[in-house]
Amino acid sequence: MDMLLSGIGMLMHLDVLLALLIGSVGGVIIGAIPGVGPAVAIAILLPATFALPPLVGLVMLLGIYGSSMFGGALPAILINTPGTAVNALTTYDGHPMTRRGEALKALGLAYGASFGSGILSILALIVLSPVLAKVAPMFGSKEIFLAALLGLVLVVIAHRGQALAAGMLAGFGVFLGTVGLEPLKYTQRFTFDQPWLASGFDLIVVVLGLFALSQAFVLLSGPDESPDAKPIRGSMGRAMLGTLRHKRIVAAGTGFGVLMGMIPGVGEFTAQFLSYTYAQKTSADPDAFGKGSPEGLVASESANNAVPAAAMIPLLALGIPGEALTAMMLSVFYVHNVIPGPQLFQGQIDFVYALYVAMILLNVIVVLFMMVSSNLLLKIIRIPTRFLGVMILTMSFVGVYSLRNSITDCVIAAVFGWIGLVLKRQDLPPVPIILGLVLGGIMEVKFRPAMARVEVLADFFQRPVAAVLGMAILALIVGQLAALRRQAMERNKA
Amino acid sequence: MSERIAEPVPGVDVPPRPRQPAGTRFQRVLRTISPRIVTGGGGGARRVAGPGEVVFAAGFFGLSLLLLLLLPFQTDWLPSTKLVVQPRFWPAVAIGAMLVFSGGHLLRALAAHPAGGAWAEIKGWLRPLEFALWFLAYVLLVPWSGYLLATVAFTSSLSWRLGYRSARWVLVATFFALCVVLVFRSLLGVNIPSGALYELLPPGGFRSFLMTRF
Repeated sequence: MDMLLSGIGMLMHLDVLLALLIGSVGGVIIGAIPGVGPAVAIAILLPATFALPPLVGLVMLLGIYGSSMFGGALPAILINTPGTAVNALTTYDGHPMTRRGEALKALGLAYGASFGSGILSILALIVLSPVLAKVAPMFGSKEIFLAALLGLVLVVIAHRGQALAAGMLAGFGVFLGTVGLEPLKYTQRFTFDQPWLASGFDLIVVVLGLFALSQAFVLLSGPDESPDAKPIRGSMGRAMLGTLRHKRIVAAGTGFGVLMGMIPGVGEFTAQFLSYTYAQKTSADPDAFGKGSPEGLVASESANNAVPAAAMIPLLALGIPGEALTAMMLSVFYVHNVIPGPQLFQGQIDFVYALYVAMILLNVIVVLFMMVSSNLLLKIIRIPTRFLGVMILTMSFVGVYSLRNSITDCVIAAVFGWIGLVLKRQDLPPVPIILGLVLGGIMEVKFRPAMARVEVLADFFQRPVAAVLGMAILALIVGQLAALRRQAMERNKA
Repeated sequence: MSERIAEPVPGVDVPPRPRQPAGTRFQRVLRTISPRIVTGGGGGARRVAGPGEVVFAAGFFGLSLLLLLLLPFQTDWLPSTKLVVQPRFWPAVAIGAMLVFSGGHLLRALAAHPAGGAWAEIKGWLRPLEFALWFLAYVLLVPWSGYLLATVAFTSSLSWRLGYRSARWVLVATFFALCVVLVFRSLLGVNIPSGALYELLPPGGFRSFLMTRF
């Protein structure tokens, strides 16, 4: 309890609260603009936060991360265009409700479900933190290596129908992480005797290229569109109270969101899928799903908004990011010499609590903002898409150039922007590259000490956590191969 | 969009006759030599590859192969050092994974029925290179003209190029540029060097102000 109060005390500073307000409101606006999304915004703002104290910078980025999905529901419901990728499922039931003249009800349910699951997920984490503080020290080099490997395996498996592509892109990410001076013997790897390659590929430059510049290129070279939507009339607060009729679905969605968010590499989409399927199977009117079912809308929004808080668990407890946004946040920790992992939970649990309380506050700020600003946001989402591309390109410059004032970094970011564009056109995910880059580095650093006293393979799995992680990896690979074989046999029969 | 297919393909364009395997002859040969787990089963309609999928998959596989060939020349192998501590070990693991997965991805793309439109897709990959050049021109302009002037010039000229040519849009682009500079440089103080052009101004408070804030 003392630590929780100490964490709250850390937040009660003007700069921290201001950062939280800017991050939360900014995140909603960014989330509401189709084609921007939190990854682009966080990538652009990352270097700017390096100059801020660690808590201020992290709170601002957390604000964007946690609030963007609130904003993303607005265009998903009103104009059938998800503001962020994870709001895609919201369009299934949200937009049909708008077409029926129930836009206010749909928005109220989406905001209410997001708020409810956001708060519940953070409370669950606060309760879980003492357990995490006990479990985290059980992770030594072997366990962290295996957890990172598990993250990579899950990233590959989670991309259903694209596992091969996800695998090759994750491998590419791991390869990118090996370029430059290697960390033990300081020999050069794949530098081609070029001095600018000696320090390797900077994570932020790659992230900015793959997420921000690629999105700018997509918008600039695509057709010009300007979404339009009718203004909302009525009491948003009253509409949000309608969520109380779907408490069971909010609770289930939160549960799925927390569970899936904790597992590296899985994230919002799986949580939404499980939550939506559960809601449909237990609904009195399952046929209405996909045609404007309030239950479907609540299931989708509650699951996706429970994930950000849970995704902080592997990051904070083990130093292992589960997806691109937490990978970006990891670099903020490193810049400020705050090393997430078991030591953070043991030595700075108040800092962890401060982050959790910040997430509760951001949910409150966002929901208050949404109650009064939905019609204002409708004006912002009307920015024509090509002009939006100009805006993203202009702000991407700040992100890349302010790192080291390096023109080379800008060229590298432009190249990765082009790679990101090709991936988007091929409908392939850029996230495995980022996770490969981050997790590959962790794996290489941890693998060497982990192998120090290993003579036979069984030595690696002697400790219980390592054994459990090893079994989980093996079970996932065997299960995936069996599922693929089963599908191939079914196709043969057909 | 997809090109017209010259010959109708059994199992895709027309239903397969009894005992007739689906796909082109090449695809049928490929399916017999590649693991079914990668390319799918034998019967039924084939997956349709997206435009440019084969080109992308072949390009990635080629890159993986090139990196494998370069591995001995671009990494060191230290004598009397354990395998896992070798500088070559992790790049080899990464390239191995790239090769295996991209090989599988290529086989899957080759075994699928081609949708056509590869050239149109490749043109779509090349079109944004113009905007990459715009971005790099902006990058080169900033150290010379200063952040404010370069940003105003960049946003208004690129907006003009994209068809936003009315006075209203020029004003919007200029206002946006001003806001970006004020937020990032003046307020947040991000690390962007002052322009060489400012050096031409007479020494004094105004020049210092421009150099530190804009």
